[in-house]
Amino acid sequence: MAQKQRQKKSNTHYVTIKGTKEGLILHLDDTCSFDQLLEELETKLIHPGTEDSSESPKITVKVKVGKRYLNKPQEEILRNIIYQKKNLIVDMVESDVITREEAEFMKKENEITSVCRMIRSGQILKVQGDLLLVGDVNPGGTVAATGNIFVMGTLKGNVHAGCEGRKSAVITASVLNPTLVRIADQFINEEENDQAYSGECAYLDEEDNTIKFDRLHILHQMRPGLNRL
Amino acid sequence: MGEAIVITSGKGGVGKTTTTANIGTSLALLGKKVCLIDTDIGLRNLDVIMGLENRIIYDLVDVAHNRCKLHQALIKDKRFECLYLLPAAQTKDKSAVKPEQMKKMVTELKQDYDYVIIDCPAGIEQGFKNAIAGADKSIVVTNPETSSVRDADRIIGLLEQEDIEAPKLIINRLKAHMMENGDSLDVEEIVSILAVELLGIVTDDELVIRASNRGEPIALNPDTKASQAYRNIARRILGESVPLMSLEEDKGLLKKVKQFFGMRT
Repeated sequence: MAQKQRQKKSNTHYVTIKGTKEGLILHLDDTCSFDQLLEELETKLIHPGTEDSSESPKITVKVKVGKRYLNKPQEEILRNIIYQKKNLIVDMVESDVITREEAEFMKKENEITSVCRMIRSGQILKVQGDLLLVGDVNPGGTVAATGNIFVMGTLKGNVHAGCEGRKSAVITASVLNPTLVRIADQFINEEENDQAYSGECAYLDEEDNTIKFDRLHILHQMRPGLNRL
Repeated sequence: MGEAIVITSGKGGVGKTTTTANIGTSLALLGKKVCLIDTDIGLRNLDVIMGLENRIIYDLVDVAHNRCKLHQALIKDKRFECLYLLPAAQTKDKSAVKPEQMKKMVTELKQDYDYVIIDCPAGIEQGFKNAIAGADKSIVVTNPETSSVRDADRIIGLLEQEDIEAPKLIINRLKAHMMENGDSLDVEEIVSILAVELLGIVTDDELVIRASNRGEPIALNPDTKASQAYRNIARRILGESVPLMSLEEDKGLLKKVKQFFGMRT
């Protein structure tokens, strides 16, 4: 027991601070328990710079936690301790691991879901990530996706790309003639759109925050992220 | 074992009941044993169009609630030995019958008849669910109007979710001159939106209304285009391949001469 105690005392290297070109990095070891980590943070961060913390300029720091998963309350505790002790502001907490849930969410967000059917009046198709619809969307039907929407057929119904706020989402269709177009929180309908639906794609113009219609080839420059080759 | 075909449209007033009466009559003319079912409880019309209103003793709701035997409620047509009608009740509403009861009735009727034609009420509620409960096939009736096509699209979507063969389409009340002028939707446009097989086109004709008012379906009168259209539809239901009729309106000699001289017709 005594030996263990000594061992712990002797190599208290759970917390190391490094200064790099990008700024301060706080490395937190991932082999000890969270409580041990907190304990050491308390002791390690307290020394020299304790005089008058309120006047010293605030420095941002990056925290790397290695292969440790921090849930939201834990992360909050960590941020608080670091802030109280040294007036360091935690810029970001970087972890090498994420939960399965998060991983699946991210995977879905980047996936293309292909659906082969007609979306008729009164039907709603909503997917996470991008949607590839092999079929038409008739007037009165709705397609929505958190990402981009690609329709192989005629798009005459309602369409909502980036429905959880992704402003970079685009809509394409072989025949683009929708009743109502929405991208993120912006919308446009037939009456408001005097340039008519010229072209096969719709995107959100960041400059004036309106939905624009154009030919397909402009997407290559507008949204290089679409290219996954 | 016959087959049950439901005739539906979503929107009201497009000609479901007229179509049911005329397809039934045309199939009977072709010698098939046919039973028509009116499921529009509370707003029954099929008996009026068939001219059988004064013969109703029992109805669909009576059968569903076992107040009478199925065969007691069936009314034999005035003109055909092989055509029967199961009328709807006029006093109750759609909730008086459950889909399971409909299914049972239709299954029983299919034993004795070649075709059971079910006239569906407008709407997508209980009445619609009852009507499609026992059906094997479906026919969607639409007019060349945007609202009607929209509702037909909705109905086709609902039918596709059921265990029913892919619906077929009848375009009813087509006005050839309006279509030519581009004032109404044209056939190709309707078919491309709905993306289902076209079973037939019935042109608009005042004679259809006159015949319905007299309780004699137009299909009995072979001289009209509408009658030919219904008879063709019946033959297509039997599996024959019958080409679509030309939609051009008959031009009299005088009109042709006028057209020749470039005068307005």
